[in-house]
Amino acid sequence: METLERIIAEQPFFAGLEPGVLELVTGCASNVRFDAGAYIFKEGDEANEFYLIRGGKVALELFAPQRKPIIVETLGVGDILGWSWLIPPFHWKFFARAVEDTRAIALDGKCLRTKCEENHDLGYEMVKRFAHIIERRLEATRFQLLDVYSTRRRA
Amino acid sequence: MTTTANNDPMMPAAYVVRQVSKETPDTFTLALGPENGASNGSFQPGQFSMLWVFGVGELPISISGDPSASGKLVYTVRSVGEATHSLISRKVGDGVGVRGPFGAGWPVQAARGRDVVIVAGGIGLAPLRPVIYEVLKNRSEYGRLVLLYGSRSPQDLLYRKELAAWARQRETQILVTVDYGGLNWRGHVGVVTTLFKYARLQPQQSVAMVCGPEIMMRFVTRELQTHGFSRDDIYLSMERNMKCAVGFCGHCQYGPLFICKDGPVFCYEQIRPMLEKYEL
Amino acid sequence: MGAGQLGKLIELLASRGYEVLGPTVRDGAIVYDRIESAAELPSGWTDEQKPGQYRLKRRDDEAVFGYVVGPQSWKKYLHPAEVRLWSAERQDGTFRILNNENKPKHPFAFLGVRACELTAIGIQDRVLLGKQYRDFVYDGRREGVFIIVAQCTQSAETCFCASMGTGPRAQEGFDLALTELVSPEGHRFVVEAGSDRGAEVLAELQTAPADEADQQKASEAVEAAARQQVRSIDNNGIQELLYKNFEHPRWDHVAARCLTCANCTMVCPTCFCTNVEDVSDVTGEHAERWRRWDSCFTLAFSYIHGGSVRTSSKARYRQWMTHKLAAWIDQFGSSGCVGCGRCITWCPAGIDITEEVRAIREGSKHGNT
Repeated sequence: METLERIIAEQPFFAGLEPGVLELVTGCASNVRFDAGAYIFKEGDEANEFYLIRGGKVALELFAPQRKPIIVETLGVGDILGWSWLIPPFHWKFFARAVEDTRAIALDGKCLRTKCEENHDLGYEMVKRFAHIIERRLEATRFQLLDVYSTRRRA
Repeated sequence: MTTTANNDPMMPAAYVVRQVSKETPDTFTLALGPENGASNGSFQPGQFSMLWVFGVGELPISISGDPSASGKLVYTVRSVGEATHSLISRKVGDGVGVRGPFGAGWPVQAARGRDVVIVAGGIGLAPLRPVIYEVLKNRSEYGRLVLLYGSRSPQDLLYRKELAAWARQRETQILVTVDYGGLNWRGHVGVVTTLFKYARLQPQQSVAMVCGPEIMMRFVTRELQTHGFSRDDIYLSMERNMKCAVGFCGHCQYGPLFICKDGPVFCYEQIRPMLEKYEL
Repeated sequence: MGAGQLGKLIELLASRGYEVLGPTVRDGAIVYDRIESAAELPSGWTDEQKPGQYRLKRRDDEAVFGYVVGPQSWKKYLHPAEVRLWSAERQDGTFRILNNENKPKHPFAFLGVRACELTAIGIQDRVLLGKQYRDFVYDGRREGVFIIVAQCTQSAETCFCASMGTGPRAQEGFDLALTELVSPEGHRFVVEAGSDRGAEVLAELQTAPADEADQQKASEAVEAAARQQVRSIDNNGIQELLYKNFEHPRWDHVAARCLTCANCTMVCPTCFCTNVEDVSDVTGEHAERWRRWDSCFTLAFSYIHGGSVRTSSKARYRQWMTHKLAAWIDQFGSSGCVGCGRCITWCPAGIDITEEVRAIREGSKHGNT
């Protein structure tokens, strides 16, 4: 059975971290499992963790009045779930539900936040990685916004 | 061999609807056969026909059937206006005029011995389906087959039964996503580019074929390059207004290229500078 | 040959079964129409052309071809504005196409073809009679056309064929070429036969071998027409110039003036774009397919579901000019422009294609080549 430290070191997301920094991260990590259908977090809750998905599928959902619930995006193996832990006011903006049985590494965001403030090297490494993820998601979201397959007459 | 009468490229040959099947609420697949039984109906994957509905009008529609099934021409048509609506309302036994096949098709020959990576958006899967048939019929001639298919919603997915059947083929990976998914959808939700991370790709020995709305193709080609595909291994199918399909009416011009005869399939390397030009 | 022989020439051609088409004055312009006698030709008329302006003026002599070019070109006959491709009848669930004969009853004889127009016919030949597909309508009308060139002895302000290498002298590709001389020695034509059948027709006219003095005068007159031209296009590196300057501010400048009225495409002798329209009668039992001139200046031209690709007038003007001068070379091996100047004359905003090219060259980041 692999140690958590080795698993984390092998994740592409954490590639390039110095051993000292890696240790700090591992200190905030744990293995978690979610059954299919379980909610991982809910909109409005405090965002105190983020997850690195190792198996399964998670759906990000929105509920709005007068509309059926919408899945905004699904995330799978290798994806990072959640960045609201890093950005004030540290609250979740969506619901996250496991579509299938899902395994993940949970990182304690509150703990990491404190460590990032103390150790700016760690802080910079985390922000760099999350900036990349946010950029990719933003691009994908803009693409999604274009609704390219619709037959609506465009302006 | 063209399905035109008297070798006049503007005169349609008489075909009859043999089969109609509904793919989605606004998209139907029609199988046409020649009225007189004689015609080879052969085509290259990626080519299109001009389909004529008596007195209504003519439309360029990609051929989406099996290139090895002679005597039958299959089209998947989405209703977006009067002419397409008229076409999808055809019943078995109705006559449809056919001119064609026209255009330069997908590089299925050049792809032999390599992996075939197909990225389709919406109705864009229709002109790519003949490539999938070709690869599966000649399995040993090709490497891996990967399909990344994105659609608007689960209701808009085409060829659902076939997608499942293809997924069971060896050395084949079928990944499907939708832009908007309801809670009952157990599959991926997100734009088609989000499927790349799940695909097992060997870019150095692949040929990528992309078809969908032009914006989607621009996002996809960017993603392909990020994943290591070289520009001359990427092929796109372009679309412009078409009236004659033989290079005389001038409507389909794209820079110096005629989409109807120089395309509709182009190597990305060739058209890259034009894709960036707004209102070309 | 004496000018009086023109009438005989027309008769000869008619008796050989040609429909003779040539210039005549109508509606304040020199247009092409059926010519049955020399009296119908525009003797004593000339045209004054400027950007956005065309006026007919009386000459002080009776020169028959003493004008330059009118709003029409020979594409009016070879690539007609409106033609029915075929008609069809509904039968049970299917249809029957009735084969349309597209060949005219009589072959055409074009009287008074300018060098630029002759080049334009050659250009349209390359567009519409391709290796893979032939335009049946054009093919049927083009076959056997008898061409009588009228060499230009004067240029309009709007002409620039000399810089395009398309005139003012027609060198080959005609059956007969006439150079008109009007002087105290008499009103006559120096005639050159350019083909066997041209020579045959010539043989039946009352002619005498042209003396050296006349041949000299004829040659000088055409050269003078070339020198008279004030406009020009520098075609050096024109493809790269226009392709690389897609975002040049000059396009906005011309877009502010261009009405997208499509006049230029209608008068241009090489513009070939058409629209295909299917129509049926009220009963729905009878259908026809028609082909009509179309223009890249219309909004609908580039329409695909969702909207048109070229919505701005900037994009449409740019498309026309870039196609005409640059993309055409990639497509058909020569420029699409013959320097006839019609687009300049007939543009209501007076847009001058030669000026637009110059402006782009001068403001180009890539410098002059």
